[in-house]
Amino acid sequence: MSRRVAIIGVGWYGFKPAVPDLSFREMMFEASVRAAEAAGVDLRRDVDAFVSSQEDYWEGVAISDEFAPEPIGGVLRPTFTVAGDGLQGLAQAYMLIRTGYFDVVLVESHAKPSDILTLDKIYELALDPVNVRPLSPSNPLFTAGLDAVAYMSRTGLEREDLAFIAVKNRVQGLRNPRASYAARISLDEVLEAEAYIYPMTRYEVAGFTDAAITVILASEDAARRLTDNPVWVSGVGWSTETGTGALAWHEWGRMKSMRMAADMAYRTAGVKPSQIDLAEVEDRFSFMEPLTLEEARLAPEGGAAKMAREGVFSPDGSLPVNPSGGSLAMGVALEATGLARLLEAYLQLAGAAGPHQVEASRALVASWRGPPTYTSMAVILESGDAL
Amino acid sequence: MRPNIHVKSKVAVVGAGLTLFRRRMLETPRELAWEAASMALESAGLTLKDIDCVVIGTAPDAFDGVHLNGEYLADGAGGINRPTVRVYVGGGTGVFVPIAAWWHVASGLCRTVLAVAEEKMSPGHPHPQGVFAYIWDPVLERPLGPNLIWIFALEMRRYMHKCGARKEDIALVSVKNKANALGHPAAQAAARITVEDVLNSEVLVWPVNRLDISPVSDGAAALVLASENEARRITDSPVWVEGVGFTLDNTHWYNRELGYPRYVQYAARMAYKMAGIERPWREIDVAEPYDPFDYKELHHIEGLMLARPCEAPKLLKEGHFNRDGDLPTSPSGGLLGVGNPIAAAGVMKVAELFWQLRYEAGARQVKKPVHRGVAQAWGDLMQAGTVIVLGN
Repeated sequence: MSRRVAIIGVGWYGFKPAVPDLSFREMMFEASVRAAEAAGVDLRRDVDAFVSSQEDYWEGVAISDEFAPEPIGGVLRPTFTVAGDGLQGLAQAYMLIRTGYFDVVLVESHAKPSDILTLDKIYELALDPVNVRPLSPSNPLFTAGLDAVAYMSRTGLEREDLAFIAVKNRVQGLRNPRASYAARISLDEVLEAEAYIYPMTRYEVAGFTDAAITVILASEDAARRLTDNPVWVSGVGWSTETGTGALAWHEWGRMKSMRMAADMAYRTAGVKPSQIDLAEVEDRFSFMEPLTLEEARLAPEGGAAKMAREGVFSPDGSLPVNPSGGSLAMGVALEATGLARLLEAYLQLAGAAGPHQVEASRALVASWRGPPTYTSMAVILESGDAL
Repeated sequence: MRPNIHVKSKVAVVGAGLTLFRRRMLETPRELAWEAASMALESAGLTLKDIDCVVIGTAPDAFDGVHLNGEYLADGAGGINRPTVRVYVGGGTGVFVPIAAWWHVASGLCRTVLAVAEEKMSPGHPHPQGVFAYIWDPVLERPLGPNLIWIFALEMRRYMHKCGARKEDIALVSVKNKANALGHPAAQAAARITVEDVLNSEVLVWPVNRLDISPVSDGAAALVLASENEARRITDSPVWVEGVGFTLDNTHWYNRELGYPRYVQYAARMAYKMAGIERPWREIDVAEPYDPFDYKELHHIEGLMLARPCEAPKLLKEGHFNRDGDLPTSPSGGLLGVGNPIAAAGVMKVAELFWQLRYEAGARQVKKPVHRGVAQAWGDLMQAGTVIVLGN
């Protein structure tokens, strides 16, 4: 009964630190109309289900799914929201198509952090109200620092190794029109910048960006009918290690959820890590890129940072990692962050990445929901001619 | 959606669990979730080790007062070291959680799914209604300071006007459901009341009186769903998911015909089509329509096509929807009787169908033989309809 699932079109809008002229709903509309145009479908006629990925507190609206259907074409149609990352939404769409009842499913996610006056306070509300919130941590993202330190002590990495990731990604982003935070910076500049979350400085922590992304997926039958160059979603995975109220169960310095999500994606795709030739992965903190590559079995334990410095992960290396510049260059788009990684991998495999195009046919997309969560997602994409 | 008769991945409900529904529970949201989840696992004879994936449902994060509430509930809901996701369609979330669990299994990605919904409304200060101040369009509506009960009053008034229904006709729903709940061990608002009691209770926003509304509740509910192979191994009496449907209308509730829930009808059509049901008013044996307000049950019975538009009040008076009637509705006692911890209340309705279809509902078991049941929830700004059809 195995049915293949393809991406037949994507659309995006924004990728700027602030989009002052459009509301989040207008951004969703722009992204969705562009995706429909790219896929050659009529949103009101051809789409069987609509998925929007969003969280109430980011929107400043309780029950924010009320605002989901109109901008994406889902009025009076099977539409729902996933309170999670866009890649979790994509996994739902993938499963809907695999049931055999749905042919074309639209997935949307958006972020407008520029509308949020007190982003720190919102993050603080995600902390466990009984055990953690009363500590009033001065930086609610502090758990990332704990993980970074534990990762460094386990692998023997130095601060320079992590700082190099920030340099690599911010420089790679210079060729990507969606990378607002790209910069030509040096290792010394990164190391000497003001500390943000020890052991990371300001340049090693991604900024925030406004963005809306829409992806249209189709069953194999529908994809063959609608497009000549589908990109196949051959595997998906997602996993939660523990709840935000049970940090004691987290294995510090690792990202077990990433390991489980990637393994699930490899398993559903029937693909081995050695067959991956492009990775668009989590890097909202510098340490997360090497850690993700190791958890996803694309690098040996503690070896990813060294491989990065040797150029293996450069755009012209044997396994380009984040040629888009990643979140460090493009910014964190809240729940759309995972879809941003997917968008970049899709454009690469479709041969539409423009100035930062690399040679690739099978990509791993991996993302994490960010602190204080321990939930990660992975997707494997294959171009039409991948063997 | 297309009906696909070639797809034979059947999905069954094999276990259900429910905490007490109360105005103020002392457990934390995670503890409530685990209480329901472990009961559901126990009723299926499983442990958490046997579960592949977890689906979580909870309505506005603001009730629990936690951002990323699905992540907060994850460990309580059993979402440890396994694929876990939270789906969300406002008040419709309850019935949507088993719908999402259905596709987790039907897609072949998961063999067993734990579906957990939790809601803790009591921490809201000064009243949980305050959370609903933030559900409106921030530009057009929020500045007017609307209250949720206002718009229900508008909708109830519209229904009464359109259908010629009187307050005393509608109050019968509250009388029926609160009495049905007397047999429910988790019930919060079970009572033997009369129509006069409803009419004489405090007017909140005319025509809505206090006893027309379900209470503020804390609680959690959980189900275990499994693929056909697993289900046959787990139990001799699986309850099959025969159809699912979900629809979201636009945000502009004030432009709608409030007298008829078209979005519920669309969702019901989708579910009936999948289940191969052509005449729901004859083919459905027991129904759990969403009843946060008494008129809503009638409204939803019509949306589910179990009665013609405006016919439900008449059938109700004739006893058609009683527990011993031709088409029992809310035999559990519904939200009016058992309580309304939003997402958990929807799962409670599906759990009731599960027990009814296995003849395990005890004092609440309906008189007639049952083969198929439908549960429905509704949410957002008079906007969301979620429908599930179960069969034994």
